[in-house]
Amino acid sequence: MNGEQTTHWQRTRNLMWITLAIWFVFSFVVHWFADALNGTSFLGFPLGFYMAAQGSLVVFVVLIFWFARAQDKIDRECGVAEED
Amino acid sequence: MKMQGSFIDNLPKIYGIYTGGFIVFILLMAVLEQMGTSADTIGILFVGFTVLIYAAIGWLSRTMQVDAYYVAGRTVPPVFNGMATAADWMSGASFVAMAGGIYMGGHAYLAFVVGWTGGYVLVAALMAPYLRKFGCYTVPDFIGTRYGGNTARFCAVLVLVIASFTYVTAQINATGTIAARALHIPFGVGVWFGLLGILLCSMLGGMRAVTWTQVAQYIVLIIAYVVPVVWMSNKQGFGIIPQLGYGDAVMRLGELETMHQVGALKPDAAALASIKEEGLRVVALTKAHAAAGTSALDSWRFITLVLCMMAGTASLPHILMRYFTTPSVRAARQSVAWSLLFIFLLYFTAPALATFTKLQVLDPNLATGIIGKSIADVTSLDWVRNWSEVGFLRVIDSNGDGLLQINEFFMRGDIVVLATPEIAGLPYVISGLVAAGGMAAAMSTADGLLLAIANALSHDLYYKIIDPKAETRTRLIVARVLLIVIGALGAFVASFKLTGILGAVAWAFDFACSGLFFPLVLGVWWKRANRQGAIAGMLAGLIAGTLYLYMVRWGGMEPWIGIDHLRFGIIGMPVSLIAMVVVSLLTPEPDKETQDMVDATRIPKGASVLASSH
Repeated sequence: MNGEQTTHWQRTRNLMWITLAIWFVFSFVVHWFADALNGTSFLGFPLGFYMAAQGSLVVFVVLIFWFARAQDKIDRECGVAEED
Repeated sequence: MKMQGSFIDNLPKIYGIYTGGFIVFILLMAVLEQMGTSADTIGILFVGFTVLIYAAIGWLSRTMQVDAYYVAGRTVPPVFNGMATAADWMSGASFVAMAGGIYMGGHAYLAFVVGWTGGYVLVAALMAPYLRKFGCYTVPDFIGTRYGGNTARFCAVLVLVIASFTYVTAQINATGTIAARALHIPFGVGVWFGLLGILLCSMLGGMRAVTWTQVAQYIVLIIAYVVPVVWMSNKQGFGIIPQLGYGDAVMRLGELETMHQVGALKPDAAALASIKEEGLRVVALTKAHAAAGTSALDSWRFITLVLCMMAGTASLPHILMRYFTTPSVRAARQSVAWSLLFIFLLYFTAPALATFTKLQVLDPNLATGIIGKSIADVTSLDWVRNWSEVGFLRVIDSNGDGLLQINEFFMRGDIVVLATPEIAGLPYVISGLVAAGGMAAAMSTADGLLLAIANALSHDLYYKIIDPKAETRTRLIVARVLLIVIGALGAFVASFKLTGILGAVAWAFDFACSGLFFPLVLGVWWKRANRQGAIAGMLAGLIAGTLYLYMVRWGGMEPWIGIDHLRFGIIGMPVSLIAMVVVSLLTPEPDKETQDMVDATRIPKGASVLASSH
């Protein structure tokens, strides 16, 4: 493994951990407190219900599109992207 | 189909015309309804016509090339692969039973919605791009090559078959239920009709045929799911984009629940006894819609289910293998994002559908409201009569006051989607459309699953383990024979109706994550993982999970801290992880060649790892 590849893998790993940290919050943390969140209203919904029915889902969709872009940028900058 | 390049370039046009054609077909059915055609005929036309189209696509995509048969020639653009994955993913359970589950279970049930979407984050970040770079044909192909040796490959095939077969039975069951109702044939016949449709889509063209039928099926199922909800939302004044505006409806349900004493009024013991005696699985509504559980155990149950479904998503071979079909690693990553977007469109609609339908039933101010009305009026409604006849619904006047209370109305959650158009008094054409959508959802998932099983058996078991010298022709014939045999076996098991649609689906996720999640993830992310560790991980996870399932479900054991049969992955996964790490560390590290292979897997550039060995 050459230097470029080592950098690439480090950055890839960092991106993975950031992605999974956001994923963790919206998969588990938010829903653990659903009952408390239901006391707040958001767009007319009880917030705890909203997060499970829609909020977390929106975050996941945006997160993956962002992840794909960020990873692609890393690949290009480290010179390991596929040739188009 | 001969000019593959031009076919791919023309995809937007082809599916655009197809979508337009389908809308014209819907309008034509609406006209026929106005002219007095019966509801039954419209239902038959909808299901029959769409299944014929899928079969035609299957026929046009026939192939005798290994690459096309196993991975659609690796030419599927990200957006279209996203649609195909969405159809592959959204099963009869998602389409038919999910909104019903939310209807009956309220917030607790939304754990499925969260789990079945968030799992794609794991697919994107941990799995799909790397497996695509690897260049495998099947998931066991990755395990077998990364860890080396036939034992590892065989264990992966074993987990795959157990998980996918559990799942496919439920799908064939769902096609049977829908076909039986739409075509007015007995359930047993419906199951075999469904199987015939499924095989027509996959047998001749393998992955290539399944890909292009799944795209077509996605278009049908998403239209069929969204149209009734938009219609109801408009009718009730919640706006044209119901998903954004149903907050008020949720709040209103809260008031109605207090009024009807949902949760406080329990079903009468005598009524429950008579339902049990009849062998029905209908239940009364006892859970609040939006309110979340208040105890830590409730929160724990929610997130454990979420975790099992997510890890299961990232381990189910019929999903992972969809990302083997993209032209590049980059395309695989983008394709995961598109997949989730297309899935999201249905999943964020399901809670809205459940909310509107419940409002229709509960709100006494709406013409459709039945709770609090006289029993005689309710039982004379068409939809109540129709669904009672088939044993999916019961009205029992426990207190004999002649009025319907919340605890006197029993139904099966999984009829909500199919019955909603009737409940809300929408035209028959919508019912037909929904039936076609449900059929598309169940068929597309069954296709993906059957193909995953048959490919693993034909490629990994037959070609890689039993007869490595087999000719292409023989391999593809074996693959097809297996497809028929497994399909028939699935239909045979399904005709016994062993579990509800959803119980079995959750099990498939638990089996998959117990046996495959860590061997797959660590295969890419931990170079030190070796063959012995992977075998230990797969077997220990699978055995621990299965044993726990058996003890909780049939052995009379009390579930530990709320980990019931739906969540046995919570037991299987840690066992798998520990076994894999401990055994890997106790045995020699993988050789240089394997480590280089992992390095090559981690970067998009360069030839795929398996390119030479196929």
